[in-house]
Amino acid sequence: MTKRLYLYPVWIRLWHVVNAILFLILIFTGISMQFAGSERSFSLIRFEQAVTWHNVSAIILTFNYVVFILGNVFTTNSRHYKIRKENFWSDLLSQLKFYSFGMFKKEKHPFPVTYEQKFNPLQKISYVLAMYIGMPVLIITGIGLLFPEILLHQFFGVSGLLITDILHITIGFILSVFMIIHIYTCTLGEKPITLFKSMVNGYHEEHE
Amino acid sequence: MKIIITLIVTLVSVFSLAGNNSLLPQDPEEESQILKGIENNIFAEDNEKCLVCHGEPYFQLVDTVMGVTQNRLMCNDYFIERDDFYQSNHWSFACTDCHSYDFEIFPHPTSTRLEEPYQCNDCHGYDEQYAQYQFEEIQIEYNESTHAEIENFSCWKCHDPHSYKVSIRNTTNLEETILYDNNICLECHANFNNFQLLTDRDEIVVVESHNWLPNQSAHFTSVRCIECHTEINDSILVAHKVLPKDKAVKRCTECHTSDSRLLATLYKFQSKEFRSDVGFLNGVIFNQSYVIGANRNIILNYLSYIIFGGVLLVVFVHIFFRLIRRA
Repeated sequence: MTKRLYLYPVWIRLWHVVNAILFLILIFTGISMQFAGSERSFSLIRFEQAVTWHNVSAIILTFNYVVFILGNVFTTNSRHYKIRKENFWSDLLSQLKFYSFGMFKKEKHPFPVTYEQKFNPLQKISYVLAMYIGMPVLIITGIGLLFPEILLHQFFGVSGLLITDILHITIGFILSVFMIIHIYTCTLGEKPITLFKSMVNGYHEEHE
Repeated sequence: MKIIITLIVTLVSVFSLAGNNSLLPQDPEEESQILKGIENNIFAEDNEKCLVCHGEPYFQLVDTVMGVTQNRLMCNDYFIERDDFYQSNHWSFACTDCHSYDFEIFPHPTSTRLEEPYQCNDCHGYDEQYAQYQFEEIQIEYNESTHAEIENFSCWKCHDPHSYKVSIRNTTNLEETILYDNNICLECHANFNNFQLLTDRDEIVVVESHNWLPNQSAHFTSVRCIECHTEINDSILVAHKVLPKDKAVKRCTECHTSDSRLLATLYKFQSKEFRSDVGFLNGVIFNQSYVIGANRNIILNYLSYIIFGGVLLVVFVHIFFRLIRRA
């Protein structure tokens, strides 16, 4: 019997697809700027174009992030991001064990998807870190780089621009790695395409 | 855990590089600068004979026969600011080292007004003492610059011998140096009264002509005009071949890359002094300014390759076992 749960309402799916497209553009243009060089060196697109695309995408991403926050404030979606203190580490470990060994032995998922529990403990902590720490830092530092005149000139003797830039590219890199892992773990459904389908039609499906 | 380690390494590398003040150039002329000033110039008393008029915005014209005294405005071109002069490179000079003794006669004879002023190389050229400044090479560069095409232009238009201080070579505050150097350009390029004395060209509005430049104010305070408006010369510290405006640098990647042209211009002196094996000058630049794109943190770069490679490896191993177990 197939279990069908409506876990992804329209606003989440729309927010998610916009977020995904923008993030891919930002990674692509970010790498292009990071490794830009003289004419002979590696570059994905022209530096000036990369800057424009990066800036425009980042501004839209910022508004999209506000949509995410408002959505979580005014709907019940925020319940999926609440981390329980009890069994925090043991839950993480059992999920990690499942991904590392259990799933190859056809063991049952330690945290099956329910209406109340959309994310497993690993997803939960990584999404919370990405969305509630990574994204705000990325957006704030991005705004700082867009308007460098608002930055602190010196912070404890170090250039404010330096700290902002290093933080921005570091968090950007971490979130890019997160995205790779995120996309890969989305192939871990019943079939590699199952979870991607859920994000299109809104329904989580699995055989019981 | 990887995130925490990355952040720790980032912070450690940033602060270890940024906090390394030993990379800052020590002012080679610090001692002599301390000794500068009117009180240390042995000709100061003699110079006062000139500065009593030329050091004041007004001078007194006295007719002893008629008993008439009038205050007259000192022409700006002949006005010398005492403080600037005694802090300048030529601070230890007597006025008559460069100007005729006939100037000691008052009113000055007509012949003094026709006196040809010295040029830089009259004193500094082909002299071992000034070899490091390479004045001869600067002269060649200047002769090829757009400035040389202007009638009545000379070294003095930018480097007033009564106030000029060598700045970039001794800098401990890059921002002040940039401001000082840019003000030399703006003296004409942002002051139409001065500009039109030298050319018939239309007025240049610097802010408007640089409208294309993103974060204009950040650029104006972080780099000198000559970074983009001169041709790089490897053999001299400060390029003097000012290019026509259509040849000015406009590509962002000229500066915002690891092989930034700023290493051959603004940071050239430091780059010569402190070029390290890692091939870039984070230590120097971190302390005084930061150029997005040019300051690659090599530790972070390698760390990112390792993390990225590690993640891909884990993913491929996982895929491999998934395929095996499915079979």
